Amino acid sequence: MARAISTRRKLTFTAIGWAVGLLIFFPVLWTILTSFKTELDAISIPPKFLFFDWTLENYVTVQERSNYFRFMMNSIYLSLGSTFVGLLFAIPAAWAMAFSPTPRTKDVLLWMLSTKMLPAVGVLIPIYLVFRDFGLLDSRVGLIGVLFLINLPIMVWMLYTYFKEIPGEILEAARMDGASLSKEITHVLAPMSVPGIASTVLLSVILAWNEAFWTLNLTTSDAAPLTTFIASYSSPQGNFYAKLSAASTLAIAPILILGWFSQKQLVRGLTFGAVK
Amino acid sequence: MRYRSLLLGACASLVAASGASAQDATTLTIATVNNGDMIRMQGLTEDFTEQHPDIQLEWVTLEENVLRQRVTTDIATGGGQYDVMTIGTYEVPIWAENEWLLPLDGLGEDYDEEDLIPAIREALSMDGTLYAAPFYAESAMTLYRTDLFEEAGLEMPEAPTWDFIAEAAQTISEANEDVYGICLRGKPGWGENMAFLGAMARSYGANYFNADWQPQFDSEGWTTAVNQYVELMTNYGPPGAASNGFNENLSLFNQGRCAMWMDATVAASFVSNPDESQVADSVGYAPFPCGIEDCPNSGANWLWAWSLAVPASSQKAEAAQTFISWATSKGYLDLVAEKEGWANVPPGTRTSLYENEEYLAEAPFAEQTLQAIQNADPSSGEDKPYVGLQFAAIPEFQGLGTSVGQQMAAAVSGNMTAEQALQAAQQTAVREMTRAGYIQ
Repeated sequence: MARAISTRRKLTFTAIGWAVGLLIFFPVLWTILTSFKTELDAISIPPKFLFFDWTLENYVTVQERSNYFRFMMNSIYLSLGSTFVGLLFAIPAAWAMAFSPTPRTKDVLLWMLSTKMLPAVGVLIPIYLVFRDFGLLDSRVGLIGVLFLINLPIMVWMLYTYFKEIPGEILEAARMDGASLSKEITHVLAPMSVPGIASTVLLSVILAWNEAFWTLNLTTSDAAPLTTFIASYSSPQGNFYAKLSAASTLAIAPILILGWFSQKQLVRGLTFGAVK
Repeated sequence: MRYRSLLLGACASLVAASGASAQDATTLTIATVNNGDMIRMQGLTEDFTEQHPDIQLEWVTLEENVLRQRVTTDIATGGGQYDVMTIGTYEVPIWAENEWLLPLDGLGEDYDEEDLIPAIREALSMDGTLYAAPFYAESAMTLYRTDLFEEAGLEMPEAPTWDFIAEAAQTISEANEDVYGICLRGKPGWGENMAFLGAMARSYGANYFNADWQPQFDSEGWTTAVNQYVELMTNYGPPGAASNGFNENLSLFNQGRCAMWMDATVAASFVSNPDESQVADSVGYAPFPCGIEDCPNSGANWLWAWSLAVPASSQKAEAAQTFISWATSKGYLDLVAEKEGWANVPPGTRTSLYENEEYLAEAPFAEQTLQAIQNADPSSGEDKPYVGLQFAAIPEFQGLGTSVGQQMAAAVSGNMTAEQALQAAQQTAVREMTRAGYIQ
């Protein structure tokens, strides 16, 4: 039976929840508000919160100067492409580790994660040379490869955790019924772990979308995604905060909308298996 | 079946994504920084493509530090991603010596190289050959509020000294509650606070290194300069000054919160623009202060030019030079003047601009800018083995300057004294220079 909670406690918790939520969201909100200000209003002290001359001028300037659509399409290609390739490797890997573990499985899992500890800039020059020699600089294929490898350890880890929750007997039963390995994965395992796969996909898409080291260093124009779009509005001499905010708002809009609509899956996926 | 079609769809989109569009043989990829003059040029490229229909331009605009890392990686590995690069006076001598840049010998007969301001031409040349063409250039100056000076009964001397500046900062700070007497760079970095401090130390006659490459942070000039800098920033500067760079000071000045600001001459065009500045009508311009009598270069110990160069790895050198010739020509200055007005013309590169009455009438800071650039002599000499003023044009300087800059910022924020910061700077510099083989 659920415990009765007093209205007062409920109100307190709701207020705290909202306060924390607003605090976390405030920088994003401030960026969005600044994008509607003039450059003078953007730097005014004391800061103007809502009462300023709202303008769309910054969005017009950004549209005139940059081909936003091309950058956005590249971000979509790169994040979806790397996630798709990642799934092709991560699902079989996680399946093997969850259902046919060997004594070394845990070590392999930890070793995979340890590759994330290497500072990216340490391997910039070797990777740049490899890309140059294979003609992959400024190509989407090359970047999909890099992003996929960066996110693979996390994808394997997440999927492994979900697969561990699925009773091995169900897969055994499918095998008894004569299902082949591919059928077992596609018809039994995959449908049962849809929430897990969905949240892995979402996380991988978000990580690839926000990746700003390799996407800046390995692209020039053809494969440049939204991270380079934002970088082009940051200025060393001259105040362009309002324009930079407009560019940032445009860059985060797709992922904000995607996150909003899929928050249920995301929360469920991320907390799945957390309570046993 | 459903999975198969999904798979096919995904593969198809991947293949479509991978078809990196084939580059036209005459598409130039130009790497550039995001600042007003460069963005204006992007808007005017139609004029160029009309004259040269066989050349298309692809712009890659990046933030300064990202751009520097990006183009350095590309040029050092011969990546060949760019045909034209925007680089500064720090990179040109080093890269030209490494044979990473192509000499600019095809700028055309009517380019008039002699018209380039000699100090700038010198800074971008090696053995008399130009390796980069200046797009806009700057030295350093003092920007101050004429109204506040008048109220306080002060008059800016023709050649201000640091002692006068300290007095003025005190008088104005005491008389005005919401105005800081002085705003200076505090943000750590070789191109941030060290650009300013390098220039200030030299106004006290001190260099980064002596003739034997011994670091000079323990010299009298550096000690006096850094002590005075920390005192000014602590007593009369804005709070949190250790995180202020060019843009932060520009914001403060434009809002009328700073009485004086010593920084790059290019700041003058921003603070005098009424669309951006609340104090556009009351800004005065004076030379960068001196610490000692007859100080080197009359105080103008700062020279920088954002310039266009062709990397040796470019396959389209001829077209690249055609573009550079257009972008840095006299004709381009006329084009900007015609479309956007004389006040928006990129400053500091051509002598003829400063003989133009229309320009002089619209840019009240023109004379002071030209004077500073002409005074700034970055060449090496007997007591100064390196090229450069606010920086030393050696590959090690970026890392060294940034470490020392962090120590100076720690002194401004009160985490250590000026003496401790200088001592730490000297130790760092000696260690780095020994490691690099300059000293034993």
